[in-house]
Amino acid sequence: MGEEVKLFRSWSSPFALRIVWALEIKGIEYEAVFEDLSNKSPLLLQYNPVHKKVPILVHNGRPIAESFVILEYIDETWKQVPLLPEDPYERAMARFWAKFCDDKVLTSIWSAFIKQGKEQEEALVAAAENLKFLEKEMKGKKFFGGERIGYVDIVLGWLANLVSIFEEIVGLKIVDEGKFPLLYSWMQDFAEAPIIRDNCPPRDKMIVKFQALLDAAIASSSSSSK
Amino acid sequence: MGEEVKLFRTWSSPFALRIVWALRIKAIEYETVFEDISNKSPSLLQCNPVHGKVPVLLHNGRPIAESLVILEYIDEAWKQAPLLPVDPHERAMARFWAKFGDDKVLGSIWSVFIKQGKEQEEAMVPAMENLKFLEEELKGKKFFGGDTIGFVDLALGWLANLIGLLEEIVGLKVVDGEKLPLLSAWMQEFGDAPIIKDNWPARDRMILKFQALRDATIAAASK
Repeated sequence: MGEEVKLFRSWSSPFALRIVWALEIKGIEYEAVFEDLSNKSPLLLQYNPVHKKVPILVHNGRPIAESFVILEYIDETWKQVPLLPEDPYERAMARFWAKFCDDKVLTSIWSAFIKQGKEQEEALVAAAENLKFLEKEMKGKKFFGGERIGYVDIVLGWLANLVSIFEEIVGLKIVDEGKFPLLYSWMQDFAEAPIIRDNCPPRDKMIVKFQALLDAAIASSSSSSK
Repeated sequence: MGEEVKLFRTWSSPFALRIVWALRIKAIEYETVFEDISNKSPSLLQCNPVHGKVPVLLHNGRPIAESLVILEYIDEAWKQAPLLPVDPHERAMARFWAKFGDDKVLGSIWSVFIKQGKEQEEAMVPAMENLKFLEEELKGKKFFGGDTIGFVDLALGWLANLIGLLEEIVGLKVVDGEKLPLLSAWMQEFGDAPIIKDNWPARDRMILKFQALRDATIAAASK
């Protein structure tokens, strides 16, 4: 009896991409269901009534939402090629850094991209502080997971792909190779790893998408009064 | 050789309280270090350089920060009285609801608390939607963890104490026993459970603290 594994995703969601990477790394067969987030399917709304978002993993008919939750589920259900370390303290560190990546790194870099003027300046400062912590964490390691890609690498993976796109669109350096040499080389190593390289959304399509998001943000901020 | 377990907390932090409960439920001996957040100790800043916050658990000299990370660590390091279920799908559900509590419920309730008038009315809408999801999740269960207190109960436990306090301060009913009967009942059950009941921070001190927080937030917003 085969296992039925379905992944609800969109073509560009970096959160869904985490799950693609995890499934591919573990060699798990799955069916991808691409959602148009401007026109969500009834199935998506049924499987994730609380957040109505992707990714959703459906395993033998049972849905799981929230990318961190899905990653941990995948790691517990399919034991090959573990994403999290075995030692409880190392696992705690991985969970800590993953949370830091979403709560702090992602939000500050997003702000640095989407905001203007003083808000952008402040976001860049916050982003640099956050990146410094990651740079420190990388000492002596090729990946955050050690010798091979692990949980934190997968969670932070969007950095390896999206940052250069953001930098190109706004004409600003966010991850400076001189200031963050370890992080910079991690971004190269991660992006070039076969599974990652073969599973990234098309760059030109991403540039169009994020340019449009930025244009919309600028338009709405200049039309609203403060 | 004894294990050294230290918990950095404050008298009122609901996040640190989660760890107090977990340690008590598992009957783990530990030393408490009370921090004054306006005057953080060098130890705290050394143990949690990234956030500088409580709670921090120190186990045999190694620090762990972020309450849900600490709860998972405690559950993995001490196997008695498990907080998370065994089945991977149920574990995923528990993690989902704990995250929902922190990402959505907490913020939406806080918005209701710090706002006034029309803004407060509007803030009630997402807060009630979120609480309704929790109500649904309690169907057929005494606790979110089932028959016994578990991971999600600890993550949401702040509701059982803070809601009543906030309702008193703003004079608004947020968890109505008629509209949210299961959640109401859970708040009683959880709040009265022996380990939980004995560890609530002093009520009058909490009222003063949150009244002051509300006043300061409203004052800052009107500038």
